Amino acid sequence: MTEVAKIETTLKDWETDQEVRWCPGCGDYAILKAVQRTLPQLGADPKNTVFISGIGCSSRFPYYMETYGFHTIHGRAPAFATGVKLANPDLDVWLVTGDGDGLSIGGNHMMHVLRRNVNMQIMLFNNEIYGLTKGQYSPTSREHTRTPTSPLGSVDHPANPCAFALGSGARFIGRGFDVSKNLPDVLKAAHAHQGAAFIEIFQNCIVYNKDVFDDFAAPKGAEDRQLWLEHGQPMLFGNAKKGDIKGLKLVPETFSFEVVDVVDGDWEAAGVCVHDAKNRMLAHMLIELEFGPYPMPLGVIYDDPKPTYESAVIAERAKAVEGKDNNLARLLAKGQTWTVSGTAQDPV
Amino acid sequence: MATQTADPIIHNASPDAVVVRFAGDSGDGMQLTGGQFTLSTALAGNDLATFPDFPAEIRAPQGTLFGVSAFQINFGSREISTAGDAPDVLVAMNPAALKVNLASLKPGGLIIADSGEFTKRNLEKAKYESNPLEDGSLAQWDLLAFDISALTIEAVKDFGLGNKDALRSKNMWTLGLALWMFDRDRQPLIDWLNAKFRTKPDIAAANVAALNAGHAYGETAELSGPLKQVHIGPVESAPGLYRTITGAEAVSLGLVAGAQLAGLPMFFGGYPITPASSILHHLARLKEFGVTTFQAEDEIAAICASIGASYAGQLGVTSSSGPGIALKGEAMGLAVMTEMPLVIVNSQRGGPSTGLPTKTEQSDLYQAVYGRNGDAPIPVVAASSPGDVFECAIEACRIAVEYMTPVMLLTDGYIANAAEPWKVPDVDSFEPFTAKFLTENNNPDGKVLPYKRDAKGARPWIKPGTPGLMHRIGGIEKKEGTGNIDYSPENHQAMTDARKAKIDGITVPDQGVTLGEEGGKLAVVGWGSTFGPIRRAVDNCRKKGLDVSHIHFRHIWPLPANSGELLRKYDKVLVPEMNTGQFKTVLRDQLLVDAQPYTKTSGQPFKIAELEAAIELALAE
Repeated sequence: MTEVAKIETTLKDWETDQEVRWCPGCGDYAILKAVQRTLPQLGADPKNTVFISGIGCSSRFPYYMETYGFHTIHGRAPAFATGVKLANPDLDVWLVTGDGDGLSIGGNHMMHVLRRNVNMQIMLFNNEIYGLTKGQYSPTSREHTRTPTSPLGSVDHPANPCAFALGSGARFIGRGFDVSKNLPDVLKAAHAHQGAAFIEIFQNCIVYNKDVFDDFAAPKGAEDRQLWLEHGQPMLFGNAKKGDIKGLKLVPETFSFEVVDVVDGDWEAAGVCVHDAKNRMLAHMLIELEFGPYPMPLGVIYDDPKPTYESAVIAERAKAVEGKDNNLARLLAKGQTWTVSGTAQDPV
Repeated sequence: MATQTADPIIHNASPDAVVVRFAGDSGDGMQLTGGQFTLSTALAGNDLATFPDFPAEIRAPQGTLFGVSAFQINFGSREISTAGDAPDVLVAMNPAALKVNLASLKPGGLIIADSGEFTKRNLEKAKYESNPLEDGSLAQWDLLAFDISALTIEAVKDFGLGNKDALRSKNMWTLGLALWMFDRDRQPLIDWLNAKFRTKPDIAAANVAALNAGHAYGETAELSGPLKQVHIGPVESAPGLYRTITGAEAVSLGLVAGAQLAGLPMFFGGYPITPASSILHHLARLKEFGVTTFQAEDEIAAICASIGASYAGQLGVTSSSGPGIALKGEAMGLAVMTEMPLVIVNSQRGGPSTGLPTKTEQSDLYQAVYGRNGDAPIPVVAASSPGDVFECAIEACRIAVEYMTPVMLLTDGYIANAAEPWKVPDVDSFEPFTAKFLTENNNPDGKVLPYKRDAKGARPWIKPGTPGLMHRIGGIEKKEGTGNIDYSPENHQAMTDARKAKIDGITVPDQGVTLGEEGGKLAVVGWGSTFGPIRRAVDNCRKKGLDVSHIHFRHIWPLPANSGELLRKYDKVLVPEMNTGQFKTVLRDQLLVDAQPYTKTSGQPFKIAELEAAIELALAE
């Protein structure tokens, strides 16, 4: 991928003339604004930016971005995006999907785009419900969720999107939520990452699954329930104003974390672990952390780039074509041939 | 013609055509033997057609009836249209191969059998109660049985190979005998073996020794048995450079040529499936022609990635067979809706479901023409022979690019695997159809109009990355011109009509008569790989004085504009197809002609004799 010159834009430059058709109060509005605020800060160029989506509420996203956009079919957006990136690696591709689109019908493609490591940003809006089809339970719905298709409460075990992504070979895992002021920072880190960057964005479906994330996303008491991770910084959370700071300490014997109190800001004395975004084992532990006893890990959980799929394809092609030409006539006449002259044949 | 003479070729030192069938266990290398014999036949200047007939299993249990793999070749000093109804010579490498293939052997034909493999155990596996080589049951044929296994081991004993490795050269011994029998030059085969086993000179030498030993055996046996040397002279062909080509190679080369004529890099998304995979294999080696191949995680991803590549400005191509094509259906609908150029190659096989993976059928025609949700017309082009696929692939690329539409190219398992001599075309003889991308705003009054149509009804192709032309497309109904979401009744009506009109309006050449007159008692109408048997059957019937003509369609959808007028010039229309009558339905539907079906779904191509009988019956009724 060639370096593209950064250009000056404002939020307005990224808005289309289309009427936004999400339900009033939907978390998608906040995510749309966060993206439109972030892109000018990245110096992104609308003409080189492509938003690709599948099917679902979140997948209407491309219509509202003044960029190139492709609203494709259910679950398959990663495959379209892979074709786009192989055909033109210079395009800046953002994939928009949801928990149903990306993990149910499209789980297979999600796995493969991540393991291949195609350079793009993948935003998975997780609202733990099927919104566009009117409220059925999704692969991330919690057990006992009551919906039209699970009137007695769902019995499926939910999938953990970040664990799925990491298990599929993702080299970047970020997490945020719709109204969080930190979301643009996560998006920026994902954009800076060369490779498939997976971002789970918790999104409030106010019609079918209202406030399902309030246990950690509600503003009141959020400090105690959100762990915002920063590479090279201690894993701290809690209310600084009240002097009530906690941290995560590694317990090697049980291979788990313990929540410890930090006294007078001395986190080292408390044994609080420093976040290392390049540590894959640590990423696994953070992703599997049980909410409740522990806070919800947010921000950049894992960020350790390795060569992208398209760069490997380009390198392989360069090697394969070395010393060869594209003379079609010669190709057609390849192999063992013979010539028929006017009268007699004359084997070559 | 040879396939109909009562007197088999081996009683005639210079027949004009002969059919040989090599049959053995899946592990005996019969396809390779057949392939090399084909090459030597082509180099001898004969016309030829082949029919590889192998089981779906990679290595079925040795010696079993279902593990038999066969390769049939018909070659001659005259035009050859099919692989032949009945073999003159059957090479049977074991009892199972004899049992499975004997029924098709011409009365009086020659059986060459490896008696070394007719052991008690192998006879049991083939369900023979007594040894057919000894019990007189083969009396109506000429029989040459000798211990090819032992002769091969003897021939390669100097190379220090174990018995198992030595027996691997058995097929080369057999090939050597066949080369002697038909008076062929061994050198190209020796060169090929030396090149193939460049890094294993012992193996190369052993194979060459086996080949030579088989050849020498022929000379010796001639003195004492029914084996005769047969010479078939070269066919009279148009002057030019020739090579052999299979359908899969021809598709690949045609797509490469099509992409060059369009001035586009090609993106080929595929997923392994029989018999379509070989196209992916061929193209994966042609990167210098601007080809990117992508082995996707499934059939759906293969077509979706190809559409993504077309969206980004390359020529997207995907390929599959029956069940794989079914999986691609939804994405084809998106390509119709977003009006994206795309070529979909369907190498048809027996269905439904997994069906007959390695056998041929033409039963995906309904799927190609009608098989999508909504009103989603897709042009359909069907190839009639390995050589014809090349031109059809170019035609599919042309339509895709000029009309901004997905196009279905139909071939089948028979075309994909069969080989024929091919006159290498002059690449300059094809008219380029260079793709044009929109680079300037096409709307003086505002934003770009991605659905503004040209005279052909095609929308502009706009590559992401082009300044000032940002727009959004997708599978939801779009407003005329702007492409913005619009579900309104009048807009959906207008867009449905526009999509249909564009496909209906595709310019295709008028339909001609392949063989015979324009009008008469009977037209035999075909499409696809039935070309060879229909042509030969109609030719034979015409020589008997029957009023019958052959019309073969390449353009299935839309049909050529003169189709109805042409078919109405005949009293009767007979449509032979390897399905239950699908093209017959299309002809009735589109042209209101009384097309009558003649169908076969056995997984085997039509025999000429079957078609002749059907023609005679139709004319007698």
